[in-house]
Amino acid sequence: MLKAKIFVQLKASVLDPQGKAVTNSLHNLGFGGVVDTRISKYIEILFDSADEAEVRTQVDKICDSLLANPNTETYHYQLEAQE
Amino acid sequence: MRVSVITFPGSNCDHDAFAVFSSRGHSSKMIWHKDTDLEKPDLVILPGGFSYGDYLRCGALARFSPIVNEVISFAKKGGLVMGICNGFQVLTETGLLPGALMMNESLSFICKHQLVRVETANSPYTKGLAVGSVLDIPIAHKEGNYFIDKEGLKTLEDNDLIAFRYCDTKGQITRASNPNGALKNIAGVLNPARNILGMMPHPERSATDTVLTQDGRRIFEALESYYGTIA
Repeated sequence: MLKAKIFVQLKASVLDPQGKAVTNSLHNLGFGGVVDTRISKYIEILFDSADEAEVRTQVDKICDSLLANPNTETYHYQLEAQE
Repeated sequence: MRVSVITFPGSNCDHDAFAVFSSRGHSSKMIWHKDTDLEKPDLVILPGGFSYGDYLRCGALARFSPIVNEVISFAKKGGLVMGICNGFQVLTETGLLPGALMMNESLSFICKHQLVRVETANSPYTKGLAVGSVLDIPIAHKEGNYFIDKEGLKTLEDNDLIAFRYCDTKGQITRASNPNGALKNIAGVLNPARNILGMMPHPERSATDTVLTQDGRRIFEALESYYGTIA
């Protein structure tokens, strides 16, 4: 089996109000060196296949059609073999 | 007019829309998202609410409901489709309208009266309205912060596809009158063929005598006036 570890992130050109709020909170906590925070989504999907090429094709389709909004988000992922 | 209002799991403004159109004498139908027949409408309403619990992204999962394929083919043939609030989010997620609705700049759910300025009279939804006129139509959302890339914004502006912008009492587009951080105060947009409208404010919540403002009626009257010219 293969596990896809997928990160869906806001494009750099898109404002991230949640990230901004977290930056402010970190400043309030005394972490004055924090310049920026970006909030992303992390998604794990388990596949009943050991064929990396095939799973990559599927993950690309899954991300393009559902997990990421191409208007505002980008994605990247790693595959990991599972017992 | 024959009006079909779609109900997704989590829709909560479907009955309001149905009631308003019914009370105006239109033959209105409630259509369940698993149905595959729109029942020959003149107008489809994608209502407000929290379809699929807003999981993943607002409107993202509703796009895979069976009825949405019918809505897409109806819209592509020029049928009138109006998405209100969550319905607007569904329309951007399906690609029927450009852009995306992001979380409000304040990170808060906002429910209040809101003034919007009519930006174009060239649409079935704003026909006969004076450009620049100000309507008081309530908003209620957490993800209404409209975003579109520079190129997309230019297309919207060059083709007169912005229907409404958030404004102040004088109709001025100001930072202070922008409730959610929406780019250029955009509150509603049209597709290039102008048959699809998405808007964050809720006209169905300002169209009866029992509420504080009746400005939403102006949009329904515009639709009726447009329909009168094509029927």
